[in-house]
Amino acid sequence: MTTLAITAAPSGRTKRVLPGFGLTMGLTLTYVGIVILLPVIALMLKGAEIGPARFWEIITAPRAMAALRLTVTAAVIATIFNALYGLLMAWVLVRYRFPGRRILDAMMDIPFALPTAVAGLSLTALFSANGWYGQLLEPAGIKVVYTIWGVAIAMCFTSIPFVVRTVQPILEDLDPQLEEAARSLGATPFTIFRKVVFPQILPAFLIGTTIAFARSLGEFGAVIFIAGNLPMKTEIASLLAVIRLEEYDYNGAAAIALTLMLIALILLALSNGLQWQMNRRRGQP
Amino acid sequence: MTLSLSHITRRFGKTEVLRGIDLEIDKGELIALLGPSGSGKTSLLRIIAGLDWPDAGTLAFDGQDWLSRSAAERKIGLVFQHYALFPHMKVRDNIAFGLNVLPRAERPGKGAVAETVDRLLSFLQIAPLGDRYPAELSGGQRQRVALGRAMAIQPRVLLLDEPFGALDAQVRRDLRRWLRGVHDSAGITTIFVTHDQEEAFELADRVVVMNEGRIEQTGRPDQIYDHPATPFVARFLGLNVELPVTLNAGRIEAHGLDLSALPRRAMPDGPATLFLRPADILPLPDPNAPFRLTEIASTGALLRIVAEDGTGCRIEAEVPRRAGTRLETGMNVLLRAEAGQVFPGSAQGRATAPAAASDITHALKENRP
Repeated sequence: MTTLAITAAPSGRTKRVLPGFGLTMGLTLTYVGIVILLPVIALMLKGAEIGPARFWEIITAPRAMAALRLTVTAAVIATIFNALYGLLMAWVLVRYRFPGRRILDAMMDIPFALPTAVAGLSLTALFSANGWYGQLLEPAGIKVVYTIWGVAIAMCFTSIPFVVRTVQPILEDLDPQLEEAARSLGATPFTIFRKVVFPQILPAFLIGTTIAFARSLGEFGAVIFIAGNLPMKTEIASLLAVIRLEEYDYNGAAAIALTLMLIALILLALSNGLQWQMNRRRGQP
Repeated sequence: MTLSLSHITRRFGKTEVLRGIDLEIDKGELIALLGPSGSGKTSLLRIIAGLDWPDAGTLAFDGQDWLSRSAAERKIGLVFQHYALFPHMKVRDNIAFGLNVLPRAERPGKGAVAETVDRLLSFLQIAPLGDRYPAELSGGQRQRVALGRAMAIQPRVLLLDEPFGALDAQVRRDLRRWLRGVHDSAGITTIFVTHDQEEAFELADRVVVMNEGRIEQTGRPDQIYDHPATPFVARFLGLNVELPVTLNAGRIEAHGLDLSALPRRAMPDGPATLFLRPADILPLPDPNAPFRLTEIASTGALLRIVAEDGTGCRIEAEVPRRAGTRLETGMNVLLRAEAGQVFPGSAQGRATAPAAASDITHALKENRP
């Protein structure tokens, strides 16, 4: 390696495999700037314009607080469920061979492909008092539609693929010999999962779960049909932002949107940081 | 007697990978399972390790049935070809793994575990590496850690799958000597799998040559080298000059060859096949001999020569370069065999069989990552 570096040094810069770095990088940055960064910055500027005192006032108003609390709580419930269930699904898809595995695998993407409004409508139909599931649940005293549970179920539906699809490739690439080594050293299956398999998929699992959570926070289409949208009860934060917008209360809409975005961004930053730290410890780039 | 295998068979789908393995391994022995890829040696190792089960046969350790026991209950130290170190654990935690996963009642205290790990680290000469992650180690160092992890549980048998397969030549040689040293001082019964005969012969007390799911020959390295028991072993060990000969009252005879140095065999008269190492063939200039030198090429230390008798018989031989200065192409030579092995039955084709040599190179290539 050293000799290589020395011989390469006089030429100044290394040759790249693909030409056009300037062009492609430029396009990428332009796109990221216009489509991703600019709206975020605009939102932040709008938020800053409001001023901290007014911002706080908007956010802590009872209706906004209720909406934010409902959104975060439902997203936490959905994410916990998705984390566990998504991990299980990924495990089943990777570790077992059974007829229909490919179909099941393809079905994982349905929530991505289906318009969220369609998902919301069909979930509402299923869980309403005379729907297939509602018929069974209502007599048992479990009400899903127009409650936080309905919100959480809609969030679950749209965000499950994030966990499955981030964990799956890592699980596929795991060296089966690691588990055999652990087995030969006397570890029980549960210990092998806990000490050998899980630590390896943890970074991907963490990222997938965080993205699923961020997605749940902002889920709109699927939720508004099943939630009932009763102010103070089952009204989610993004719907409240829309309502404020329709009332021409731009500051109110921006403050709520900004709060949602900040929660998601902070979590993403945290999980990326954690992942980076875990990978660095293992000497991987 | 420590480990006893009898009539072990294993098939994967339609392929029979083990076709009846019988083997007895004594306490403290260092055994090499030698064979080309696909010979079943790794499958056998996995069965001994408890990672796979045979379709039929028995496996017993000191008289106890092992097939009814799990890998954990057998207390096996297993070292994988690519080490399979846990990438998220430091070297220290990798080595301690087997102790830390013991049931709470048997698990030694933290101090005792640390002590064992320290002892192993210095025994394996990697004391300064305890706090590194596997990704920060060289291949040779990973090999040592893998061995340390296997030895920490005080295994009854140590199993190594192609222990040096993924290392470069120099590190291989060093580690081979070092492993022999480790075995001699720890005294653990050890079985290792290899496709490299030099490795098997240098390291092992006893070599088990396998081919297509069967044991071809078991014996001390020198014994196998001098007396390959089957044509396969002969070819595998580099006796890749195959010649049709006739047995006459125990004497081996062939036209144009001086086979008087070979001992008499107690075999029935008739056609047979003689296997020779190219290095055991000595060309002696003789104007009346039927063989003519057609090619001479130097490899530095050796001259690789080809002699033909005009009827399609082509023999390759190797002579030390300094001993062969008198040789020239076109010269008639008498070929004298210094050593060789004869098996009844005629050879498939006349002349040399480079197939065996290419098998070995194939096996070598395949095991390079």
